[in-house]
Amino acid sequence: MALTGLFLSLFLVIHLLGNFQLLLPEEQAKEQYNLYSNLLSNNPIIKLIAYVLYATILLHTIDAINLTIKAKKANGLSYVKDNRNRASKWYARQMMLLGTVVFAFLVIHFKDFWYPYKFGELPMDDNGNKDLYTLVMISFQELWYVILYAVAILGLGFHLLHGFFSAFRSLGVYHPKYNRIIKSVGVAFAVSMSIGYLIIPFYIYFNF
Amino acid sequence: MAKEIYANIPEGDLKDKWSNYKAQAKLVSPNNRKKMEIIVVGTGLAGASAAASLAEMGYQIKAFCFQDSARRAHSVAAQGGVNAMKNYQNDGDSVYRMFYDTLKGGDFRSREANTYRLAECSASLIDQAVAQGVPFGREYSGYLKNRSFGGVQVSRTFYARGQTGQQLLLGSYQALMRQKENGKVSMYTRHEMLELVVVDGKAKGIIARNLDTGKIERHGAHAVVLATGGFGKIYYLSTLAMGCNASAIWRAHKKGSWMANPSWTQIHPTSLPQSGPYQSKLTLMSESLRNDGRIWVPKAQDDQRPPHEIPEEERDYYLERKYPSFGNLAPRDIASRAAKEQIDAGKGVGALKNAVYLDFKDAIKECGKETIAERYGNLFSMYEKITGINAYKEPMKISPSAHFSMGGLWVDYDLMTNIPGLFAIGEANFSDHGANRLGANSLLQACVDGYYIAPYTLQNYLSDQIQVAKTDVSTEEFYQAEKQALQQLEEFVSCKGNKTSEEFHRELGKILYDKCGLSRSDEGLQEAIKKIQQLREEFKENLLVPGDVEDINSELEKAGRVSDYMELAELMCLDALTREESCGAHFRKEFQTEDGEALRNDEKFSFTSAWEWSGNPQNPILNKEPLTFEFVQPTQRSYK
Amino acid sequence: MKIHLKIWRQKNQHTKGEMQDYTLTEVDEEMSFLEMLDMLNLELAKKGECPVEFDHDCREGICGQCGVMINGIAHGPLKNTTTCQLHMRSFKDGDTIYIEPFKVKSFPVIRDLKVDRSGLDEIIAAGGYVSVNTGQAPEANSILVSHEEAESAFDAAACIGCGACVATCKNASAALFTGAKIAQFARLPQGKKESAERTLSMVERMEELSFGHCTNTEACQVECPQDISVLTIAEMIYEYNKAKLKK
Ligand SMILES: Cc1cc2nc3c(=O)[nH]c(=O)nc-3n(C[C@H](O)[C@H](O)[C@H](O)COP(=O)(O)OP(=O)(O)OC[C@H]3O[C@@H](n4cnc5c(N)ncnc54)[C@H](O)[C@@H]3O)c2cc1C
Ligand code: HEM
Ligand code: FES
Repeated sequence: MALTGLFLSLFLVIHLLGNFQLLLPEEQAKEQYNLYSNLLSNNPIIKLIAYVLYATILLHTIDAINLTIKAKKANGLSYVKDNRNRASKWYARQMMLLGTVVFAFLVIHFKDFWYPYKFGELPMDDNGNKDLYTLVMISFQELWYVILYAVAILGLGFHLLHGFFSAFRSLGVYHPKYNRIIKSVGVAFAVSMSIGYLIIPFYIYFNF
Repeated sequence: MAKEIYANIPEGDLKDKWSNYKAQAKLVSPNNRKKMEIIVVGTGLAGASAAASLAEMGYQIKAFCFQDSARRAHSVAAQGGVNAMKNYQNDGDSVYRMFYDTLKGGDFRSREANTYRLAECSASLIDQAVAQGVPFGREYSGYLKNRSFGGVQVSRTFYARGQTGQQLLLGSYQALMRQKENGKVSMYTRHEMLELVVVDGKAKGIIARNLDTGKIERHGAHAVVLATGGFGKIYYLSTLAMGCNASAIWRAHKKGSWMANPSWTQIHPTSLPQSGPYQSKLTLMSESLRNDGRIWVPKAQDDQRPPHEIPEEERDYYLERKYPSFGNLAPRDIASRAAKEQIDAGKGVGALKNAVYLDFKDAIKECGKETIAERYGNLFSMYEKITGINAYKEPMKISPSAHFSMGGLWVDYDLMTNIPGLFAIGEANFSDHGANRLGANSLLQACVDGYYIAPYTLQNYLSDQIQVAKTDVSTEEFYQAEKQALQQLEEFVSCKGNKTSEEFHRELGKILYDKCGLSRSDEGLQEAIKKIQQLREEFKENLLVPGDVEDINSELEKAGRVSDYMELAELMCLDALTREESCGAHFRKEFQTEDGEALRNDEKFSFTSAWEWSGNPQNPILNKEPLTFEFVQPTQRSYK
Repeated sequence: MKIHLKIWRQKNQHTKGEMQDYTLTEVDEEMSFLEMLDMLNLELAKKGECPVEFDHDCREGICGQCGVMINGIAHGPLKNTTTCQLHMRSFKDGDTIYIEPFKVKSFPVIRDLKVDRSGLDEIIAAGGYVSVNTGQAPEANSILVSHEEAESAFDAAACIGCGACVATCKNASAALFTGAKIAQFARLPQGKKESAERTLSMVERMEELSFGHCTNTEACQVECPQDISVLTIAEMIYEYNKAKLKK
């Protein structure tokens, strides 16, 4: 769980860096972004990594379902009055829910961008690369789509707010000093990922 | 009818007795040990350590406790520490000194040989506990740390913060669990012993009630060890746990085993006072508080002012006044008695006028709040948790409370009772503390009995039982014992009166605390005996126990315990009445010096009272085991 | 003060339980929570009804025998406090208090508020000890333990085994309980030799006993009467991984 989660987190960073190209001035962005997408989809190493990534998502999800079933089994009857949640953060208890939001989003995300790019008919840009850029731009013109995206990212943000430090704990990092550092880094990471991913749709929505 | 008593003390010089014993003790070969079963009732420090050690040797153990886990025995509550003669502080300690301190602390009312052995075996306990991973306090260098404790001039107390008992108990509990995993120990938690089964004069088993089902069970063995702890709960309000009881030893007593010095009870000076009629127990505050706190009461009776409004000159720091050299650090019995005197004189403080002040104002002024917080922070916060009062601002209220039973089943040097095959260890026996126990000596005694003595002496006993087959529990003796236990339970349930056992217990406790507690008198004891007899009659007729016998029934459990207390209480009063002297915790008003100190009478009372059950609680038989002092000369205690 | 109670009554493991209502009119705020229950039981007994069965013994917060859910919180509203150390001054006149047993699979209800926590003993039996027989121990000061080691081992060893961590955990995990014991020995030189065997067997036993899996919500430390650190859980995992790698 921890390893897959961290691997996914690493992917988030790279994916975000790539996507920041969308924020460049229009012409340049279009050219670069489409080129970048093309590179990614044709490079065998990247391809391999992509498969690892899919597998990771799958593994992470299976693990998540497993954990949830285990918890269900270990819990007894439900409490008539249940205030156990006063002792922990809601997002720490709702990792499955948040994960499901992320998962649902991933499905949509794949359907809207990844599937058309891979298997669909996309127009070419001036350099002969598939024009993913325009697809993205058009998609984010829709307010509902931006909102959906924002909700998903917030879900991811909270998932990371707990997930990041939790992953290190699950790996056995127990020194109090490192744990303090990791906790702060985790918060910073979750916040910056959320902001990072949120800037893009809003930027596009308001600027184009 | 009184009997001659043989304590089976080995020959030789004091310091050679235990080695001589060990050298001559008989053994059982390993393959025979496998076939022999031992019942150990109690999983406190004494029971768990004995059970684990005997299991390690190869015996098959059945271990019983009434809690839901062995780890919860009341040894867990001991805070202060455990004594041992290591002389790590190089302050002149020696086995002899420790022996002498213990004997003197007990006011020369214990056996020399037993007490010496306690001191002699103490060092190994620390080795054992450390090896088990007990996190004792350490110096920065990594060496073990010590603190000093009341009544002695050396630092020989080892401690694990304020939870020494817990840590020691976890050590032996874990050793016990290890043997359970090895298949050498069968655990019977939530089981209460109801009867001892004696076959042909030998202890052969017990009748126990499974508290989860209410079912009565028979258990047989080659020998039975009782490690059932103290019975201070007989006073109802005490520092003991709710379930602590005398039942196991009392039922054994009624099967013939003698009770020794039952009235000797240590009343601890620094427990929290009762705050209302509903109160169920009193929490102990560590005695270490007396190092910095000053104890006082208002000079005037019935002073209603809050403490900070009472000016200095209207306060009576009575311990400092009466015992200038020891002051607030006077030994437990003296401090408790002095507090009771003030309370009885109408100077008690608090809503129920049952407490005295323990004031840190001067200490805070002198060394600062930080230092005090560092020393006692956890105690102050515990105090606040329980009372809601901030003791940095307001003096604590403390009062004396029943704490430790020096008395218990009579045992010989082997820790075997007068019933062959029945052993009693830990607080359940009477052995080492005389008439007053020194602080931090009882954890030690429980451990030494369990780890170091029982394994030798049980084996010595079992060595001629090798040919004896496993105990058959379908015999007449088991049947009778079971019937007896069941009958009693049925009587409780079918009585259908209208007073619960808890109500009876409170009344009984009050009688005992008033008349057979800190100070006793002929008149008071006679009165108490009458009252107890009346109460016992009422108990028979007016007891209310809802529910069924063969079911989970905590009220029924309580009824059994209180029923035994009803009989034991009378014996305690008789014991106190017949001992016409004052010694240690036993203070008879008629026998005191001119300035109110205990007056011992060595000529007439240098003996252990070993009471024998006669079938009627009103006239037990007094057997006397003379205490002879070959190696030391008894002196009068003085803490002036 | 007047207190309304809603208490879980259940005959045994195999029957269904339900909440029942009771009202006490003369509760004193200086009473401990368990003394309030004593009061109720006295009233019930007088009416010939069966008292509410609950576990308790020392009533000073150290034996770990007490423990119920009070208004849906393990050991009630105060943090780091056992049920027996909770006092009625934490409630107001007219309050309604819900009292339920710890409800987790691995702690079957025995009756009313009593549950069977023997699973915790089983975890200790799997390896929560230093395997030293009586008599084998070397001189105590031959094993040096630094002040910090001893103190931090103590922090972990202070666990009272009440099971509140399991009850409060959304996963019903016993990781804090198990982690505390493993951490105690990991922090002491005495425990190092058999650390791998201990860790593997305790963790595996914990899983066999159908306790849940920790996901670091950290609720356990909040309700733990001894404030045992959640870092002991990470330490357990570290020890576990180390042991696995060694194997
Ligand atoms: C609050 C407090 C603080 C203390 N502090 C100190 C200290 O600092 N230093 C010190 O040296 N001493 C201290 N003492 C005294 C010391 O703790 C005890 O004397 C000692 O722990 C007794 O150990 P034990 O094994 O004999 O009995 P316990 O630990 O009381 O064990 C009794 C066992 O017997 C079982 N049992 C009892 N009756 C039955 C029955 N009928 N059927 C089945 N099982 C039964 C119980 O379940 C339990 O397992 C303190 C005592 C108290 C109460
Ligand atoms: C980009 C996507 C994702 C990232 C970056 C991510 C990251 C993480 C991280 C770092 C953890 C902590 C691991 C640990 O504590 O050991 C975690 C835990 C978890 N994840 Fe994800 N995750 C993602 C997607 C998902 C999905 C799709 C699901 C489920 C459908 C999911 C469900 C869970 C669950 C239930 C946990 C809880 C375990 C715990 O709290 O420890 N996650 N995730
Ligand atoms: S009764 Fe012992 S901890 Fe609460």
